[in-house]
Amino acid sequence: MKIIKTAGLLVLLLFVIVFPMLFSNPAVTTIAVFTLMFAAATTGWNIFSGYSGYIALGHGAYFGLGAYTLAIMCQRWNIPGGYLPFLLVPVAGLVAAAFSVVLGWIALRVRRHTFVVITIAMFFILQLLAYNLKGLTNGSTGLGLPIPTDWSGDFFNIPFYYVTLAILLVAIAISWWVRNSKYGLGLLAIRDDEDRALGLGVKTGPSKLSAFVISALIVGMVGATWAYFVESIYPPTAFDATFDVAVALMAFLGGLGTIAGPLLGALLLEPTQQYFTLQFSQNGYYLVIYGALFLVILLLLPQGIIPTLRMRWGKYQATRHQQQPEGEDDPTISTLPGQGDSASATRKEGINL
Amino acid sequence: MGIIVEAIITGILTGGVYALMASGLTLVFGVMDIINVGQGALVILGAYLSFFLEQKLHIDLFVGLLITMPVMFGLGLLIEWLFIRPIKRDRTMLSILVTFGVALIIEGFLNIIFSADNVKLQAWYITASFPIGGFYLSYIYVFGFLLAVLLLGGLYFLLYRTKFGYGLRASMQNRTAAELIGVDVERVSMITFGIGVALAAAGGMAFGATNAFNAGSAYDLISRLLAIIIFGGMGSLRGALIASVGMLVVEDVTSVVWSPVWASTVFFILLVIILLVRPQGLFGQVEGRKQ
Repeated sequence: MKIIKTAGLLVLLLFVIVFPMLFSNPAVTTIAVFTLMFAAATTGWNIFSGYSGYIALGHGAYFGLGAYTLAIMCQRWNIPGGYLPFLLVPVAGLVAAAFSVVLGWIALRVRRHTFVVITIAMFFILQLLAYNLKGLTNGSTGLGLPIPTDWSGDFFNIPFYYVTLAILLVAIAISWWVRNSKYGLGLLAIRDDEDRALGLGVKTGPSKLSAFVISALIVGMVGATWAYFVESIYPPTAFDATFDVAVALMAFLGGLGTIAGPLLGALLLEPTQQYFTLQFSQNGYYLVIYGALFLVILLLLPQGIIPTLRMRWGKYQATRHQQQPEGEDDPTISTLPGQGDSASATRKEGINL
Repeated sequence: MGIIVEAIITGILTGGVYALMASGLTLVFGVMDIINVGQGALVILGAYLSFFLEQKLHIDLFVGLLITMPVMFGLGLLIEWLFIRPIKRDRTMLSILVTFGVALIIEGFLNIIFSADNVKLQAWYITASFPIGGFYLSYIYVFGFLLAVLLLGGLYFLLYRTKFGYGLRASMQNRTAAELIGVDVERVSMITFGIGVALAAAGGMAFGATNAFNAGSAYDLISRLLAIIIFGGMGSLRGALIASVGMLVVEDVTSVVWSPVWASTVFFILLVIILLVRPQGLFGQVEGRKQ
C-alpha cells in the first residue's frame, strides 16, 4: 500500500515537472503558474491557520510585502530582468517574515474572533501604507519590475513555473515535517484546546508565532514571484483583499489542517477563477459568479473534500470490518440482547461469589 | 485652534453615523457569535438604494429610509435564513467566509447595475450649510447625527424596554441558557441580523450623503467598522458608540493637523496601540476558556 502511494506521488511529481513541455501553450502555462502560486500560498497559510486553528485573514499583507520588497530592491539596485531577481525572492520572503514577527506578536495576544478581525485590520494598515508611503512605493501609480527581455513568447512562463514549483515543494516539505513532528502536534493541541495544551507543557506562544512567521515567509516568497511575473504592482493588486479570503477558501475546500487539502483546493479553484476572469470581461459578473460559487462550496462542503472523503472511507472500512468478524464469530458470540443480559448477570454473580 | 474645533465637531457628527453601522455589526456578533464582513457591502447597498429612489423616483433621502430600511431588514432576514443558519459547525470562521461571499455578490451586482463610477447623493441639505462658530457646516452632518441618535435611541428602547430586547440580551449573555429558559434564539438571531442590516441601510444613506462612493468603497468601510468594534470591544454596544466617535474625531483632527493622507493610518495605528495595552478592547470581555 505504501509503495503504491509513494509511486503515485512520484508519478504525480513527474507529471507536474514535465507539464510545461506537454502543454506549451502560454495561456495554459499562465494558469498553471497562478495555480502553483496559490497552491504554495495556501499550503503556507495552512501551516499556521490549518494546524493551530487560528484563522488569519490578512495574509495578503505578507503577499504584498514580498511583492513590494522585490520591486523596491530591483528598482534601487538597478537589477536587470533575467534570472537574478529570482535570487532575491527568498530575501523578499525574509522581509515579509520579519514584519510578521512584529505583527504576529501583536495579533497573537488575542484569540478567536478578535484575532481574525485584527489580521484583517493589519492587512488594511499595510495596504494604506502602500498608498501613502509615496517615496518608497510610488503610491497608487505603482511600481514596475524589470522585464526579462530575453525570454519571449512560449519560454516566458517556464522559469516562473519552475521557481514557483520549487517554492511549492519547499512549502509542502515544511508542511509535511510540521504535521509529523512534535512541534506540529503542539500546534494541533493548541487548535483543540489551547489552555490544556499550555498546561501539558506546549510552549503555545512561541509555537504559534513561529508557525505564523513560517507561513508569512512562504506567502511572502510567493508574493515576490507573483510581482516579477505580472511585472507591475499597485497597492490594491499587491495587497489584495480577495487574496486573504481566497487562500482560506481554498484550504477550506480541500480540507483545513491536511497536507493535500490546500493543494486540491488551489487546483480546483484557481483555474476556475482564471477561467471566469477571462470569460467575463466585466468585473461585476465575475464577482457574482465567484461569490455564488463560494457560498455553494461553503454550504455544501463545510468540512472540505479530503476530510469528507476520509470520513466516508473510514465508514466504508468500518462496515467491512464489522461484517467480516460477525460472520466468523457467529457461533461463539451471541448477539441476542437477552443472553447478553444473563451473561452480565452471571458475571455479577461471579463477583458476589 | 478654530480648525481643530471644527474637526472635533465634524468628527463627533460623522462618528454618530459610523456608530449606526458599527452597532449593527457588534449586535450581530454579540447575539450570534458571527462576524458579518458583508456589513460594508450592505452599507453601500443601502446608499445605492437611497441613490436609486432619489434619482428615479425623486423621493427625499430621509423619507426614502422608510422604504429602504424595511427592504434591507427583509434582505437581512433572507441572508440569515439562507446562508447563516445552515452553518452548524465552525460558525465563526465559516460565517466570515459566507458573509464575504455575500459581499462579493452584492458588489458584483452593484458594479453591473450602477457601474464603477463614483456617485454622491443629492439633496438641498447636502449642499446648503450654516455658520457655526466661525466656519460653515453642511446641514447633512447635523441631520445624519440626529438620525443616528434617533435610531440608536430606538435600538436602546428595543433592547432594554421590550420583551424581545430581554430575549436578545439573554442570548448575548448565554445562548444555551437563553434557550433553556424559553427564548427562541433562532428567531432572535434572525431578527437581530435583520436589524443590523437595516441599520446599515440608514448608515449607508448618511455615508453616501457625505462621501462619494462606488461598489468598491465597501472594503474601506468594513475595515474601519471592524477596527471600531475591536476598539470598543467586540459585542459591546456602548464600546461601539464610544469607539466610533473617538476614532472619527482622531481621524478628522489628524487630517487637519497633519494630512488627510495619514488620517486613516493614524486610525489604525491607534487601534494597534489600544490592543497592545488592552487586547480585549475598551469594553470587551476577556475570552473565557472554551467549554
